[in-house]
Amino acid sequence: MEQLTFETMFAVFEEIFGRGLFWAMVVAAVVVTLAYLYVLIRDRELSMRKFLWAQLSMPFGAVLAVVFVQAMTHSGLRDIGGPVDVIVLLGIAAMGAVGSAILVYTAQSLVRKAPEQ
Amino acid sequence: MTDLHDLHSSRRAFLGLIAGGLATAAAVQPAPAAKLPTKARIVMIGAGAAGTSLVNRLMDRLDGADITILDPSAVHLYQPGLSLVAAGLKPASYTQSKTTQWLPKGITHIAEAAAAIDPIAKTVDTTGGTTVPYDFLVVAPGLVLDHDAIEGFSLDLVGTNGIGALYAGPQYAAKTWEAASKFAEDGGVGIFTRPATEMKCAGAPLKHTFLIEDIATRTAGAGKHQMHYAAHDGALFGVPIVSEKVRMLFTDRGITPHYSHVLKAVDPGKKRATFATPEGDTEMAYDYLHVIPPQRAPEVIRQSGLSWADKWTDQGWVEVDKHSLRHLRYPEIFALGDVAGVPKGKTAASVKWQVPVVEDHLIAAIEGREGSASYNGYTSCPLITRVGRAMLVEFDYNNNLTPSFPGMIAPLEELWISWLMKEVALKATYNAMLRGKA
Repeated sequence: MEQLTFETMFAVFEEIFGRGLFWAMVVAAVVVTLAYLYVLIRDRELSMRKFLWAQLSMPFGAVLAVVFVQAMTHSGLRDIGGPVDVIVLLGIAAMGAVGSAILVYTAQSLVRKAPEQ
Repeated sequence: MTDLHDLHSSRRAFLGLIAGGLATAAAVQPAPAAKLPTKARIVMIGAGAAGTSLVNRLMDRLDGADITILDPSAVHLYQPGLSLVAAGLKPASYTQSKTTQWLPKGITHIAEAAAAIDPIAKTVDTTGGTTVPYDFLVVAPGLVLDHDAIEGFSLDLVGTNGIGALYAGPQYAAKTWEAASKFAEDGGVGIFTRPATEMKCAGAPLKHTFLIEDIATRTAGAGKHQMHYAAHDGALFGVPIVSEKVRMLFTDRGITPHYSHVLKAVDPGKKRATFATPEGDTEMAYDYLHVIPPQRAPEVIRQSGLSWADKWTDQGWVEVDKHSLRHLRYPEIFALGDVAGVPKGKTAASVKWQVPVVEDHLIAAIEGREGSASYNGYTSCPLITRVGRAMLVEFDYNNNLTPSFPGMIAPLEELWISWLMKEVALKATYNAMLRGKA
């Protein structure tokens, strides 16, 4: 890469997903994150009960993320060829896990009532 | 209190540091440079990867330039995708878009080819009979595939009689997959060739070999296919260290290399291919044959006296300085992409690195000074070794490996991440390049 700037990165991501989908995903990620912060501030505590469910969803999110990427790219676990591939795989799994945890926690908080004072 | 005071001052210092950092970051953002006002007449032959990318970049740099681009093709081809189409991994439409969708407003697009170039009078005649005068000319029409050079071969054979030819375009790449998938299911002898001329992406014949071997083995099981690769000289790839790696992979995968075997004739009825070798002609029987014909500069380039007189005389590539891509006899002419007579790089990756160099020299010439950018022959090839893995091979004129991610992505290692780049990020980067953004 000769000129790896943010503009190039955004241009590349826009081309991968299409401009609409890419920015929709950015907006979705921002909205979920903001909603997560909102429920944290509203409840002024991390509900361990909700957090437990969120944690339980993490392995599923991790596996789903990996399966999604592999299905999209005609590849499988047998194609892991070196350390960097393991890092990429774990990175994808970690993103899926954290994403699903935040999503599940936020969804529970928004759907259920705020805890009684 | 002293502690508290220290804390305050350090917090202030810390905040100051952040503010300073942000200010610096903002300051080093490339500010939109003032456009250069000019009346220069710039003509580009070809709206492929090189022409389109350059015209978009020039529109950001020049104000008032009279830019004309000639290209008869309504369809823009994403050629790096053809290998994937020929392996059944993408549809033909994956490689096709409209030429005009990438071109900026404010230029003249003539949907005709160049019929003649007069470098003395500085004019280009189009096939429609228009004469376009220029101050600067960028020659980027790509190359032509000389299918007639292979006796007994014609494009209507592709997809039948076990014949594939993925270079010929999206439809032929899809037909190539029809023939290749039948071979994968039925088993037999597969022969994979390359021409003796300079060619687009010298990695592509290897990719096709590796992909079909992988798919065949997965489809019908091991031991049912005999795989042969016919190399045009004594190596499997132009860069020695890569050639050695490919030789080892071929051994692992049971692909037999045949050195100095150049395809010269095909008998589709009998399914026999004739190869020219240093020991004379030799015949080989095949069930699947992948044909890549000799490749040459378009006739108009060779007729106009722009080609090298003493190099590649049967191919006619444009005589340019290999670092500035400027014509050695006509300084107002540049060549880009496949047609440029430089030792390496008929790939989209080369184009990505060549375009900013020509942009720099062209703008410098308009301003009446000398440009400073230099092209070092960089090219890159995500050398697919099977469905799911590739080697990200990058190199320059001197056959040095020039990895973009040293210590992270090893160039001679078969990796999933390199495959992901080819499958997901490459077309996106290519499209960004077309828009002049990468």
